[in-house]
Amino acid sequence: MLRDEDRIFKNLYNDNQIDIDTSMKNGDWQDVKSIFSKGREWIINEVKSSELRGRGGAGFPTGLKWSFAPKEVGSRPHYLVINADESEPGTCKDRDILRFEPQKLIEGCLYASYAVNAKKCYIYIRGEYVKEGKILQNAINEAYEKKLIGKNASDTGWDLDIYIHFGAGAYICGEETALLESLEGNKGQPRLKPPFPALVGLYGCPTIVNNVETVAVVPTILRRGAKWFSSIGKPKNTGTKIFCISGNVNNPCNVEEEMGVPLKELIEKHAGGVIGGWDNLKAVIPGGSSMPLLPKKICETITMDFDSLVENKSGLGTAGIVVINKDQDIIKCIARIARFYKHESCGQCTPCREGSGWMWRMLERMAKGEASKDEVDMLFDVTKQIEGHTICAFGEGSAWPVQGLLRHFKKEIQKRNNFSPLIDSNKNIPYLIDQHLLEKDNA
Amino acid sequence: MSIKKISKQQPKTFKFNEKNMELVNKIKHNYPNGREKSAVMPLLYLAQKQNDNWIPLEAMKCIAKLINIPYIKVYEVATFYTMYNLAPVGKYHIQICTTTPCMIRGAYDLVDILKNKINENQNELSKKASCSWTEVECLGACINAPMMQINDDYYEDLNVSDVEKIIEKIMNNEKPLPGSYKGRKNSEPVSNRKTLINNKNA
Repeated sequence: MLRDEDRIFKNLYNDNQIDIDTSMKNGDWQDVKSIFSKGREWIINEVKSSELRGRGGAGFPTGLKWSFAPKEVGSRPHYLVINADESEPGTCKDRDILRFEPQKLIEGCLYASYAVNAKKCYIYIRGEYVKEGKILQNAINEAYEKKLIGKNASDTGWDLDIYIHFGAGAYICGEETALLESLEGNKGQPRLKPPFPALVGLYGCPTIVNNVETVAVVPTILRRGAKWFSSIGKPKNTGTKIFCISGNVNNPCNVEEEMGVPLKELIEKHAGGVIGGWDNLKAVIPGGSSMPLLPKKICETITMDFDSLVENKSGLGTAGIVVINKDQDIIKCIARIARFYKHESCGQCTPCREGSGWMWRMLERMAKGEASKDEVDMLFDVTKQIEGHTICAFGEGSAWPVQGLLRHFKKEIQKRNNFSPLIDSNKNIPYLIDQHLLEKDNA
Repeated sequence: MSIKKISKQQPKTFKFNEKNMELVNKIKHNYPNGREKSAVMPLLYLAQKQNDNWIPLEAMKCIAKLINIPYIKVYEVATFYTMYNLAPVGKYHIQICTTTPCMIRGAYDLVDILKNKINENQNELSKKASCSWTEVECLGACINAPMMQINDDYYEDLNVSDVEKIIEKIMNNEKPLPGSYKGRKNSEPVSNRKTLINNKNA
């Protein structure tokens, strides 16, 4: 288990106060000037060698992303955008950073903005987090008062202004280009990439988009050193991570642990075990709803980091762990996730707009045992038609959970949906059969 | 994409009041010169707040003029995002999350109570016209499931009797206490906390 002194978010449960004086007493905003004096390259390199990977889901190396921003500011200003549009089912880590560790985020914004040459930073918070937004705004105001940000921030000669922008309940705005569209005052529909935001982003200007947790760990990395950070966890999967353990466990909670911690340890030790005991475990969604689920057998040994989850055909995603026990109907659980994606599809690409609805309706019927046995393979085919054929990763996000269900629980679906389609029984009920299936007779 | 009904009864005019007009000008300055269009979302929120938690069409026209974009662009944004109410909602508007993490902890039992006590249908007002409810997708408090949001506040770790009590209170126009109903602090484990113990005891 990670030692308490190595935890970055010491106020995760709000045992202390949130005000800026307490935060500063506990280590925030220390040595800002001396870190700045080491220069932009040093900061980027330090983040690079810490091997920090983005905490928003894709796990892209943060230092590398920062280095994509143009070295010199040309005719267009640079922007830093913080993605606080946390809406992946199973994930609620950024919420706790926003409300209990806002100064870590703001300080991180200062370093990140300096590293990417941005003098303006927008924090895009999901609209439902009204209270969290108020706390963050209050924290920003406090930081302005203490001259930690603003003109000549922290006496470093760097200027930084931070603004909050509220979303309004659209999951898709967590996708970085949709987020930028939304910030520009449009409906949140993703853009084609390339060009990537690092070159053409907000208002057509170079923009770096980072997740809340990613930016909030940066100050601690710079203070304690890249070596310290990379010594925690596994190679290429370094550092600490906030895991959210929800679902059928006795003590659902957020906990900061090292990367590569065994899933079983998280569930048994921190979350008080599966309701009904470990043997009552059915499956676990390891990284928020868009990652394929894992059956109990894999859960016994799997460690929670980007690479080992990919090896098992899943992903760390946002590290939102949803535990599902045997009291639940697993088909229904995934059907509900499919409904979520059907509801949240932005409607721009046809495979996703139509396919997400198809998957939902088919799964709903499968949960009731109303699907014919050949539909199981048809469902898989639908997921394959969506995956890889859309502008953004939402297509994958909606198809993968269904593929995960088919990969591990296909037998269960087949058992429940085990009748032949009407067409096979050669009954002539034209109003029940799609006419095109009868083409053979017509020919 | 959200499918929303736009109210048939619309006020004839809409104007931001003086206090909100000041805010409008302040919000416009949050964005670079010539990029006032970005202010459309915050201004819609402002209009919604001023107009009893829903946005009439006249307000969209007013916002379009203020930031100098076509009315249809404002309409497009207002209909895309789920949090803009385009028809009147109750003084207490309940949003209940039923996505999988909440569902497997019993969210649909809570939906039944809302149906019984408020209205059989979503987005329709209760008899006393003070409450309405709607089923929403993940609200981002999964470890506190099942949960619901009433106006700006989160009500977490609920069970059937908690929800009954909460609804009784808002029907009597009292504001129930937000937060966890299991007596835990925020997102810590209910019992057997293993981390940051020194902090806890400090």
